Amino acid sequence: MIEWQMPLAGGLLIGLSSSLLLWGIGRISGISGIVGTAITSKPAENGWRYAWLAGLFLGAIVYLKTKPELFAHEFNFSTARLIISGLLIGFGTRLGSGCTSGHGVCGLARLSMRSFASVMIFMGAGMITVYLAKFF
Amino acid sequence: MELFISFVAGLIFSIGLIVSQMINPAKLIGFLDVLGNWDYSLIFVLGGAVGFNLITFRFIQKRKSLIGADLCLPTKKTIDRKIIIGSVLFGTGWGLVGVCPGPALVNLVSFKSEVLILVGAIIVGMFGFSFLEKQKS
Repeated sequence: MIEWQMPLAGGLLIGLSSSLLLWGIGRISGISGIVGTAITSKPAENGWRYAWLAGLFLGAIVYLKTKPELFAHEFNFSTARLIISGLLIGFGTRLGSGCTSGHGVCGLARLSMRSFASVMIFMGAGMITVYLAKFF
Repeated sequence: MELFISFVAGLIFSIGLIVSQMINPAKLIGFLDVLGNWDYSLIFVLGGAVGFNLITFRFIQKRKSLIGADLCLPTKKTIDRKIIIGSVLFGTGWGLVGVCPGPALVNLVSFKSEVLILVGAIIVGMFGFSFLEKQKS
């Protein structure tokens, strides 16, 4: 029996969070957009982005201190692999206008065909990569 | 008010990513490993989040936001070369390390050197994109 309760609870919280952001301030919860815009554009309109990231980090710190076992996982990858994938993630999400949150969590719920295409493509690319990575 | 709502939303998002274990690269790679020992539990994360929003967004999208602003929604409709290539690049990077941008940021708090390198490279990639965009214009 696969563990589904906590993933579902987490998913509902992510839904609640992105609904709150859209209802409250009219913004889509797209993390690559929030980070990318916050670091590469002038800070005039970035207040909500900094506030959102502050909330994200606070939640992470509280969980790290109270339930460190949830952060016990390892990142057993070579430095080259980390750098290459980071560059691909950073550049790719900006070129493709979104990642798992913007296109997945929000775009699919908005019934956007662009987001649906993006999710199918990045999941497909991810699956092929995981398959091929086994041979290296 | 805008900043407070945004802060709370970021906080809830973070808790969602942590309790669902989206931040665990082994879990994510297990989810993408459809041809191997597939761990489909993370489908419930996307399913829960999209399912929740499918219901609420229908109502939210009909009116202005709580702070009285128009909703800031994407207007592009065409599936162009940029979104296709961008999604392929992102998916490849995602499959290589098993974390997408949100979980990468959340993992920063444990100060593992691998995460610092990864997030550093993500930021360089984002700057690289905006640099190329500026060159074109």
